[in-house]
Amino acid sequence: MRRAPATRRLLAWQLGLLAVVVLCWYALTEAGVLSPFFFGRPLVVAGKLVDWFGSGAIFAHLGVTLLETLLAFVAGTLLGVGAGLWLGLSPFAAALLDPYIKAVNAMPRVVLAPIFAMWFGLGIWSKVLLGITLVFFIVFFNVYQGVKDVNPAIVDNARMLGASRRQLLRFVYWPSALSWVFSSLHAAVGMAFVGAVVGEYLGSAKGVGYLILQAEGSFDIDAVLAGIVVLTVCALLLDHAVTRVERRLLRWRPGQRDSGTH
Amino acid sequence: MPAVELRGVTVSFAGADGGHTALRDVDLEVAPGEFLCIVGPTGCGKSTLLNVVAGLVTPDAGEVRIAGAPLAGLNRAAGYLFQADALLPWASARDNVAAGLVFRGVARDEARRRAEDWLARVGLAGCGERYPHQLSGGMKKRVALAQTLVCDPKILLMDEPFSALDVQTRSLMENELLSLWAADRKSVIFITHDLEEAIALGDRVVVMSAGPGSRPLASHAIDLPRPRDVTEARLAPRFLELQRELWHSLRDEVRKRQRATEEA
Repeated sequence: MRRAPATRRLLAWQLGLLAVVVLCWYALTEAGVLSPFFFGRPLVVAGKLVDWFGSGAIFAHLGVTLLETLLAFVAGTLLGVGAGLWLGLSPFAAALLDPYIKAVNAMPRVVLAPIFAMWFGLGIWSKVLLGITLVFFIVFFNVYQGVKDVNPAIVDNARMLGASRRQLLRFVYWPSALSWVFSSLHAAVGMAFVGAVVGEYLGSAKGVGYLILQAEGSFDIDAVLAGIVVLTVCALLLDHAVTRVERRLLRWRPGQRDSGTH
Repeated sequence: MPAVELRGVTVSFAGADGGHTALRDVDLEVAPGEFLCIVGPTGCGKSTLLNVVAGLVTPDAGEVRIAGAPLAGLNRAAGYLFQADALLPWASARDNVAAGLVFRGVARDEARRRAEDWLARVGLAGCGERYPHQLSGGMKKRVALAQTLVCDPKILLMDEPFSALDVQTRSLMENELLSLWAADRKSVIFITHDLEEAIALGDRVVVMSAGPGSRPLASHAIDLPRPRDVTEARLAPRFLELQRELWHSLRDEVRKRQRATEEA
């Protein structure tokens, strides 16, 4: 995809901003204004990253964290879409479950992490379960809203054109919910990482969260920061992948750049 | 046998204030191949009337017969052109037109071929790949018209379909509607709040009373010659006479009604 010159210039400015922040950090810690013990040093952080990736030591940990994240993301999304479609289309079930859904959603679900650790042990499954509970509700609420928000004129029109209940679901409710699903997936990516990393903090033997916890235990702030950088980059990459799929599937939406016929 | 027959149809809607009666004791007949226009003030239950004929609303009392058979559930013989934009925003113009055929079990390739054919008939050849948001208001109405007509309904229900269009586009669409209708003479119920539009298009104009509890007040045959050009027809002396007659009956009914409410 070709970028417009304005977009390219903006990107240059954005990278410039990053460079300025890192430079300030470098200058302040080298000059001793900020204590390197508490704030780390950019060159040492970079050295850590080179070391981790150079020796391959990071890959085992990163692999575990990414696996947990992806499993939580996919399973949470599927469950959220299924539940959202179901409740959106059956008002009785929605009314029945409404107070429970509100309660579970209001609860800070991170507190479930110890329970999951007890039930599923310290392996990946307790983290995946935690991630699922976080992802599920974001996706669920959006799909539920998307199904209920379908323009009634569109539903009536499809019915008059002869759509059966199943065809309404496939040709009307599902595509309508899909645009809502994608807006929720961006938030869900972050939540899947939260589930994995918080789960690893609370008890694990592998993963980037475990790595950060270890570093924190030995007051190695540079390693903590390096771990954060790795997680942030991974989350950005996953978010970017979601955007790519979104552009492809939601071509019909106004404002999509690659619509082309204008 | 009338294509559509309503006997004593009453429709009420429940509401917080005890609800209201949209239609009271409506009798109406539409002959096969007749172009019937229904005029009435805003909020007089015109759309409800159409929804009853479509089977989207079940009357609380009275009877609906389609070609002699009582209507149960959706009216499968009817095509409905809504006032609001009701195209599938996520489907291209071609897939929108093909939708009705796909729902009815026509193979997708065949449905698309027939859709392209209909797009050409409504003057949108080559626009099949576009999505609704890439079409103007008039083009969307054309797609909606093709979407309804491709299913070849016996009865065509139209709810102020052109009210959102500018004057030129509107006359253009009205003329195209008339020529499409002339080709195979479906029964049409066309709803509008515009008396001129009703006279220009219809074989007969039914005037509805103001709501709540509205019903047809008067029925006027429109004896303008066909085929008609709506812009030309509006300039004919007979058009002005008809317009005057209809206004008079409308005014008399409104006065009668006012007196009745004052006495009550």
